[in-house]
Amino acid sequence: MSAAAVLADIDWHVEQQVFFYLIATTQVVAAWRVVTTKNIVHAALYLVVVLAGVAAQFILLGAEFIASTQVLVYIGAVIVLFLFGIMLTQARIGAENDLDQPNRLPAVLTAGLLAILTVSTVIRTFEDVELPDNSRTTTASVSDSIFSDYIIAFEAVSVLLLAALIGAIVVARKD
Amino acid sequence: MLLNQFLVLAAILFSIGVYGVLARRNAVLVLMSIELILNAVNINLVAFSAMTGNIAGEVFALFVIAVAAAEVGIGLAIVLLMYRNRHNIDLNEADLMRG
Repeated sequence: MSAAAVLADIDWHVEQQVFFYLIATTQVVAAWRVVTTKNIVHAALYLVVVLAGVAAQFILLGAEFIASTQVLVYIGAVIVLFLFGIMLTQARIGAENDLDQPNRLPAVLTAGLLAILTVSTVIRTFEDVELPDNSRTTTASVSDSIFSDYIIAFEAVSVLLLAALIGAIVVARKD
Repeated sequence: MLLNQFLVLAAILFSIGVYGVLARRNAVLVLMSIELILNAVNINLVAFSAMTGNIAGEVFALFVIAVAAAEVGIGLAIVLLMYRNRHNIDLNEADLMRG
């Protein structure tokens, strides 16, 4: 058998499952560390792990353009913005003890109830809905959609970004 | 792959984000938790887009990413202003408008 035939024979579903659960576990652990760590710089770095995991899940779902945008915008820009924010507000290097609310019981209750509610609802509603095997979408189809059906929303988003840019400069300017 | 595994992952990430928003009192960390929430929503959008074969979900995920970037920019500018005026970014002490 040639190499191509061997590749064609592999059941990729197993690999997809393995990688999904590997990435998902990493993501949940890293997300938990983001909201519990006592070191604010570590929180930003754990956030990178979660965001990269989300990009990997997008790849598993066959959404290549969203995945690359996720890496460019979130890991490239938003995290750098966060690190600048941390530095400009002069966070202490090392662990801090005043990052959390003194009483965290309401937060634990709310988040716990929300998790139980959403997870149980989702499991019961979409019991065994399978994703189609070949759900890959190309960048070309996404851009076709943006620049035809959603052109007005796209222009509105570009104006919003400009407004946010000017707004952030005006708010943070020193004078 | 099941649709459910993505939805459950998104639900868990969303809940962790909600916990972060409620339990943290450092403004930068609250903004990070909001990013977790927005990313969980994006996973949902793309998963449903893959299930229905409708590209609109992915376009919406792109818009969410763009709005999230704008939100972080403005949010951090506000946090910076708060730090400049009060020399800390503790959300519990920003209670000027509390009745």
